[in-house]
Amino acid sequence: MAKVHVTTTINGEPMEFLCEPSDTMLDALRGTLNLTGSKEGCASGDCGACSITLDDRLICSCLMLAVESEGHDIRTIEGMAQGEKLHPLQQKFLEMAALQCGICTSGMLVASDALLKKNPDPTEEEVRFWLAGNLCRCTGYDKIVRAVMETAAEMRAQ
Amino acid sequence: MNLVTNNKWIGQRTIRPDGMDKVTGRAQFAADTTMPGMIWGKVLRSPHPHARIRSIDTSKAEKLPGVKAVVTAKDIVDFPIEKGAVMLGIQDMRWMCRNVMARDKALFPGHPVAAVAATTEAIAAEACKLIEVDYEVLPWSIEIEDAIKPDAPILHEFNKFDGKPSNIAGRLEHKKGDIAEGFKKADVIIERTFTTRPVHQGYIEPHACLISVAPDGKTTIWSSSQGQFMVRAMTAYLTGIPQSDIRAIPAEIGGGFGGKTIVYLEPLATLLAKKSGRPVKMVMTREEVMRATGPTSGSKSTVKIGATKDGKITAAHGTFYLQAGAFPGSPIRGAAGCSFTPYDIPNLLSEGYDVCSNRSKVAAYRAPGAPIGAYAVECVMDEVAEALKMDPLDFRLKNAAKEGTKAAHGPTFPRIGYIETVEAAKNSDHYKAPLGKLQGRGVASGFWFNAGGESSAQVNITEDGNVVVTTGHPDIGGSRAGIANICAELLGIDYRRVSVIIGDTQTIGFSNLTGGSRVLFASSMVVTQSTEKIIQTLRERAAKIWEIDPEAVKWEQGAAHPVSPNAGQFEPLTLQELAEKAPAMGGPIGAGVQLNTTGADGGFGTHVCDVEVDVDLGIARVIRYTAVQDVGRAIHPGYVEGQLQGGVAQGIGWALNEEYIYTKEGKVDNPGFLDYRMPVCSDLPMLDCIMVEVPNPKHPQGVKGVGEVPLVPVMAAVANAIYNALGKRFYALPMSPPKVLEKLDEPTRQAAE
Repeated sequence: MAKVHVTTTINGEPMEFLCEPSDTMLDALRGTLNLTGSKEGCASGDCGACSITLDDRLICSCLMLAVESEGHDIRTIEGMAQGEKLHPLQQKFLEMAALQCGICTSGMLVASDALLKKNPDPTEEEVRFWLAGNLCRCTGYDKIVRAVMETAAEMRAQ
Repeated sequence: MNLVTNNKWIGQRTIRPDGMDKVTGRAQFAADTTMPGMIWGKVLRSPHPHARIRSIDTSKAEKLPGVKAVVTAKDIVDFPIEKGAVMLGIQDMRWMCRNVMARDKALFPGHPVAAVAATTEAIAAEACKLIEVDYEVLPWSIEIEDAIKPDAPILHEFNKFDGKPSNIAGRLEHKKGDIAEGFKKADVIIERTFTTRPVHQGYIEPHACLISVAPDGKTTIWSSSQGQFMVRAMTAYLTGIPQSDIRAIPAEIGGGFGGKTIVYLEPLATLLAKKSGRPVKMVMTREEVMRATGPTSGSKSTVKIGATKDGKITAAHGTFYLQAGAFPGSPIRGAAGCSFTPYDIPNLLSEGYDVCSNRSKVAAYRAPGAPIGAYAVECVMDEVAEALKMDPLDFRLKNAAKEGTKAAHGPTFPRIGYIETVEAAKNSDHYKAPLGKLQGRGVASGFWFNAGGESSAQVNITEDGNVVVTTGHPDIGGSRAGIANICAELLGIDYRRVSVIIGDTQTIGFSNLTGGSRVLFASSMVVTQSTEKIIQTLRERAAKIWEIDPEAVKWEQGAAHPVSPNAGQFEPLTLQELAEKAPAMGGPIGAGVQLNTTGADGGFGTHVCDVEVDVDLGIARVIRYTAVQDVGRAIHPGYVEGQLQGGVAQGIGWALNEEYIYTKEGKVDNPGFLDYRMPVCSDLPMLDCIMVEVPNPKHPQGVKGVGEVPLVPVMAAVANAIYNALGKRFYALPMSPPKVLEKLDEPTRQAAE
């Protein structure tokens, strides 16, 4: 089967790639595009380790076909920091020990960023339900929820 | 003990050395690596719970275009049963060689029978379908009760129990006093039987590896594991390649919890790479992880405890049957050895039975066996306290193990902090807070052995006067952060000047597994000794420059100083200055230490849990939780709390939802995260921690292992809380909504409301 040519935007950069029609967006990111920050934990949309945004909408990249990115704007963990400057969520995760093994961290950060863009002042319950699609087996979520809440408060104060 | 006082870095919440890579997506986990010319490996797995393999025909698969190699059990080094055990740590290579690839029999659905490497994953998967396996399907058993019946299908004919072929692969006991006499003295005796289901470690990163074998046999392994040296040794055993030819590089590990202390893919990928001459990558799917790795045992336990009217335990008897899965080796040592250990019990018998059955071979899971045993013991403790009309924490205090108590599994305790954990729980705001309608509170304690063992470290001073520490343990929960704090403290420099690296097998000395809560305990010992050697060198160098005696030089705040004005008037020589002068003053500055560490004291915790039960849906929700633990010394409090919180979350999952469900054909029916229901963010409250610090007198910084204890008390704490809310006891896990609803008759609802 012939590969498909896709033109898209990834982390603000115009990007072209070839993929199989059956490749998921996660396959394309981790394979051809060599953006391995998005992780595969389940390939069924249950763990959220592959979270990215498509035109600012939070999705599991394992549930999207790579060809569907044609003409869209994709953002991944690799686009979160601006050069040497970390996103406030990234900085807060470091300061508050909101990660242990790190395998869920990319997805958690992308999902939390998407939340704060929609809702800059979430309650604890809103954070917990928003992140319910991102599994973490190490932390018990406590420090993650606190880091998101604290980042939100700091971003609102700025 | 040279406990450092007035610490600048020990006890601080510093930024972890690997943090930046993990928040930016740079960190390289096992599946993130590629090599030029790389091909893909896939495993063909048995669909049957129990079947004799009559023959395997791989010829059609080998002819499929794109297929580069096929391996079966005949390619794996055989360790014949009759020749006796060949142990590597706790693993017998006779079982390992049969677990990585079924030899004469397939023993569980998911058991590998062949593996293929091809140019794409799709071709490799297609080739697996072309392999013809002639199975003679055999009767099987999964549940303990079925596997120990007299007429149960036997997995291993050579295994005898009471002189007859049996699925009971072993028994151990810990004994103290005379239980018959002890129970005679009791005023209250309660005996209950409990069951728990198999639960998976649930790490989010599936097993993965990338392996290259050069024509001369030199092998490079990239994989995610809890021990690169374990990977090297097991791969060497199972492939026949000498250890000196295998460089096992530890990738970042995306969770393990004990489940990555054995190999599954590495020997297969090594043989495929050797046969094909191409680097081979293998990554498990989530379904393969659930079917063929871990989990921990399901269990059946009976616990009997007797106590006098004034609350003194006179005798206890525990019998713990644990599923081993396809091969012997369930964690009966943890179940029988840990469950009664918080208590000073004069007459005790604790027995463990290791039961084989047709499901995947168990792998270690956080304090292996101990949570299963503690669940039963701590629930009975709650019932005895209730029968005695005593506060459950007071009952524990009355019987608490302390310095001088002889534990049934052997040791006489040094200064331990168990009592402090119970007192802290009792004095917590949480324990005193009022409860609402349909809410209940439960408590439970737990113990884990902790471990020492082999560790190696090399500490080098760079030419610009900074520090690189290399150790040999995969960092699974923040150990690098703890090591940076300790090394910076000793050298008196900013922790950001210390880089902590996990070495591969050919660049750092042997270091045992990341397991048993041993890593920070053991590695900080070798790092401390290495750093002390460096400080000695630095003092000698300064003494040489100043032309005074090395004993007249002290090391403080990152520089050499004369010990007193009498020693001479000299400007301090900093680490940078001494590093710059190193070439002229005797050469590079560095030191390595290798030890078989001892002195890892066990750890104790006491937990308080509040639940609220939704009586319409049967959902028990944990609404408040406090974990108290004697942590020895919290070198990095953030990651110590993280261990406590993570253990609690896993225990809540085990208590309320997680379980392996089997079809009537003996296959796991819920091999994915949708149906195997681990706690998600919206299931849990904040998880409070109280860290009690009773320093370990046998460790330079007072460190005790902290990672495993926090899972041990959880299921009992939750069960006791549900009882407190509903007035109904549950004797089986998980206490999932359908099971809770079943017990919620009208009188119970009314009484609870």
